[in-house]
Amino acid sequence: MLNLLILIAVVLGIIALSKVVKVLEQASTVKGVQPYEVTERDNKTQANLMPVFLVLYFAFIIWQLVAWGDFMLPEAASEHGVVVDGLMNTTWIIIIPVFVITHILLFYFAWKYVYNKDRKAEYFPHNNKLEILWTAIPALVLLILILYGLSIWNETMKPLTAEDDPVEIEIYARQFDWTARYPGDDGKFGKADVKLIGGVNSLGMDSTDQNSWDDKLVKAEFVIPVNRPVQFYFRSQDVIHSAYMPHFRAQMNCVPGMVTRFNFVPTKTTEEMRDITGDPEFYYQLLCNKICGAAHYNMGMEITVVSEEDYEEWLAEQKVFMTVEGNTSAAKETTTETEEEKNEQLSSL
Amino acid sequence: MSGTAHHHDNDFLFKYIFSTDHKMIAKQFFITGSLMGLVGMLMSLIFRLQLGYPGESFPILESFMGNWAPDGVLTADKYLALVTLHGTIMVFFLLTAGLSGTFSNLLIPLQLGARDMASGFMNMLSYWIFFISCCIMMASLFVEGGPASGGWTIYPPLSALPEAIPGSGMGMTLWLISMALFIVSQLLAGINYIVTVLNLRTKGMTMTRMPLTIWAFLVTAILGLISFPVLLAAALLLVMDRSFGTSFYLSDIYIAGKALEVDGGSPILYEHLFWFLGHPEVYIILLPALGITSEIVATSSRKPIFGYRAMIGSILAIGFISFLVWGHHMFVTGMNPFLGAVFTFTTLLVAIPSAVKVFNYLTTLWKGNIIYTPGMLFAIGLVSTFITGGLTGIILGDSALDINVHDTYFVVGHFHIVMGLSGTFGMIAGIYHWFPKMYGRMMNKGLGYAHFWLTIIGAYGVFFPMHFLGLAGVPRRYYANTEFPMFDNMYDINELITLFAILAVAAQGLFIFNVFYSMYKGPKAPQNPWRANTLEWTTPVEHIHGNWPGEIPEVHRWPYDYSKPGADDDFIPQTVPLAEGEKDEGH
Repeated sequence: MLNLLILIAVVLGIIALSKVVKVLEQASTVKGVQPYEVTERDNKTQANLMPVFLVLYFAFIIWQLVAWGDFMLPEAASEHGVVVDGLMNTTWIIIIPVFVITHILLFYFAWKYVYNKDRKAEYFPHNNKLEILWTAIPALVLLILILYGLSIWNETMKPLTAEDDPVEIEIYARQFDWTARYPGDDGKFGKADVKLIGGVNSLGMDSTDQNSWDDKLVKAEFVIPVNRPVQFYFRSQDVIHSAYMPHFRAQMNCVPGMVTRFNFVPTKTTEEMRDITGDPEFYYQLLCNKICGAAHYNMGMEITVVSEEDYEEWLAEQKVFMTVEGNTSAAKETTTETEEEKNEQLSSL
Repeated sequence: MSGTAHHHDNDFLFKYIFSTDHKMIAKQFFITGSLMGLVGMLMSLIFRLQLGYPGESFPILESFMGNWAPDGVLTADKYLALVTLHGTIMVFFLLTAGLSGTFSNLLIPLQLGARDMASGFMNMLSYWIFFISCCIMMASLFVEGGPASGGWTIYPPLSALPEAIPGSGMGMTLWLISMALFIVSQLLAGINYIVTVLNLRTKGMTMTRMPLTIWAFLVTAILGLISFPVLLAAALLLVMDRSFGTSFYLSDIYIAGKALEVDGGSPILYEHLFWFLGHPEVYIILLPALGITSEIVATSSRKPIFGYRAMIGSILAIGFISFLVWGHHMFVTGMNPFLGAVFTFTTLLVAIPSAVKVFNYLTTLWKGNIIYTPGMLFAIGLVSTFITGGLTGIILGDSALDINVHDTYFVVGHFHIVMGLSGTFGMIAGIYHWFPKMYGRMMNKGLGYAHFWLTIIGAYGVFFPMHFLGLAGVPRRYYANTEFPMFDNMYDINELITLFAILAVAAQGLFIFNVFYSMYKGPKAPQNPWRANTLEWTTPVEHIHGNWPGEIPEVHRWPYDYSKPGADDDFIPQTVPLAEGEKDEGH
């Protein structure tokens, strides 16, 4: 019933509008002006609205900055993150003046050069000097940005080496949760294959591979030590997901069929961030950031950054994948991986 | 076709339905494309309701969406379905077919002095295949499991596996069929445009006397010809993975309780193939809008477009470079970081010709004598949105910066402003400007003025705040931002965006009313209402096949002799011969 009434109201509204338009057009005709002719009054009104809009637009932007500036991400909590934020700030410093100046020119010209029947426009079809000027300057500025940006990209994406002594973690994504796997005392991840998934073996770990016995799997939260490089390996079980850790300025897709990598050095513990943000319940968040199905919006995991000691303590408490008699590095047939093997694991693409 | 035009009485079927006349086909693309755009826009209103008021019940949703919104709350997977179809419809059906299909068809023969397109038959086919693809895409809304739901980019494995999301079943199959037909339609159209531009220009119409609209449409058609087949290839491989047991894109998958028999494939292969089209696609949308802007700004400023040759050069440069940047959509896919470096470099390069265009528009306005038609308002609005959206592209194109904003609302804000707004403003400006040519009547300017201001306010209100959401780490394609405390501050922003969206959508009602009212009741148009120089304004107001009664006019000058010193009037049509001692800027 309500829907029918709404429909009737809309139809009547359209009919009313038609009548109004018709009347206004006939009014113009009576005045001797074609209804579609742009009059001097039209031009003046529209031209005057230009600077008004400009002011409103700028005011809106400033208002947003004031209202929401505090809701942006806090200072980067990783080494490379701070550098990346520096690049971002530099980029804003270039972009914002360009935005402001071009918009002022646009709306100023739109106001100032409104039609005047006693004036003729200036016949100014081209000027090669100007073209070269505003081709060369953007090219130069962009070149600088590119070089700066690429040097940071290279640093950020560079693989770690055994010398970096990273904490290694595999982040395993699936619809709709995350599991973190630590390689255990032997420093090696056990082989895994989705064809082995079954029962409690939700990551498809190969129990015949002795390297897997001391691997530790955690859900809901993973812990990493501050000021030590973390090497992430990402896997996905089903569709593309993306491990997005915004506070660390880190993101990498999790792609079924391959292992992707990303590394960073966390620089602030969770406790420190609670101080900095003034939020006693703050925690670092891992989010899925590639559309992966209905519950994509609710696929997260907590990340906790603690001191090296606290990390070791926490890790020791985590359960291993398989407890087998004599499950120590000494007893196992395999040995802890060599530096060479470690470098290979870290850097192979 | 014979040298003289004739107005023959075809039967209704061939005059209105299966017309081979480019002007009728232009109108067909316009109406169909716009209807699709309306559907896409209403879809966005629905999911904006969910985003602005997460989990709240809107009984009206249930009343027409049934089990998509039980108890008036949109479900999460149907949210993704709407988002997917919104993107697909807007990018392809409105802004590619609707924009190019309307204006390339309308203007190429008219502005070049041709009787019609090189092949009226192929042109007619391109429209009807497009129409069928629209029907199939709309039909996919009604199948069990719903329409495709993997985002408009439909990455596999999500789009390959119905177990991953229901829309990846029949809905995805129909999406692929629809898009395959769509691509065929665009290829047929594009070939026609290219051949017509190269071969059917009238006497005196050299390449450097063509209006910038034509240059834009030509380069757009070339882009389409090269890039759409690659999307077709990507889609065919996906069809094979979905239905014929191959594993081009699939490997090591365990889903719905079992490991799949697939090995060796890579989803990243799909991404490369998709984005090889996907990036040029955004320029397929943008270039016609920019060409239309050049035309309207020059005509309305009573001044030559500044830097005609530089404008051509920048269209060519943008077209060429657009093929070299697709990897900037893939910085965090896990592809070799070296590729990331290469694509950062090429992406920031494409900013250069874009900047040149903006400066040239500004210089055209400088010392102009501007007449404010609604079309001119939207052209100026386009320059603003192109600057705003283009500048944030510099952040997204820089790989190191992209790490933290990829797939966040920062991207959503960027592409909606630079492509969504610039593209639609270009199309709307074109409608206001060429409506008299299409329908022989004038649109209502008062409604046009109101439409513009309400739209630009609403549109910036919707999309500018998204930059803040993105910088705060809010991912895109999220059904709600309610699950993580880090987004607790985003409720107000989301609500504000939704309110502006309601305003912006409502404002389009003025335009829709104006178009349909004026089509039937608008004042009759004069032959050259904007006192413009180009050839389309030399044809009679009533359409005739073959466009000109008698001989096609000959062209003697470039199209931008507005306010030329020494001339009586502030415009000199291209058909007017050069005076004694007068030089032509076009040469």
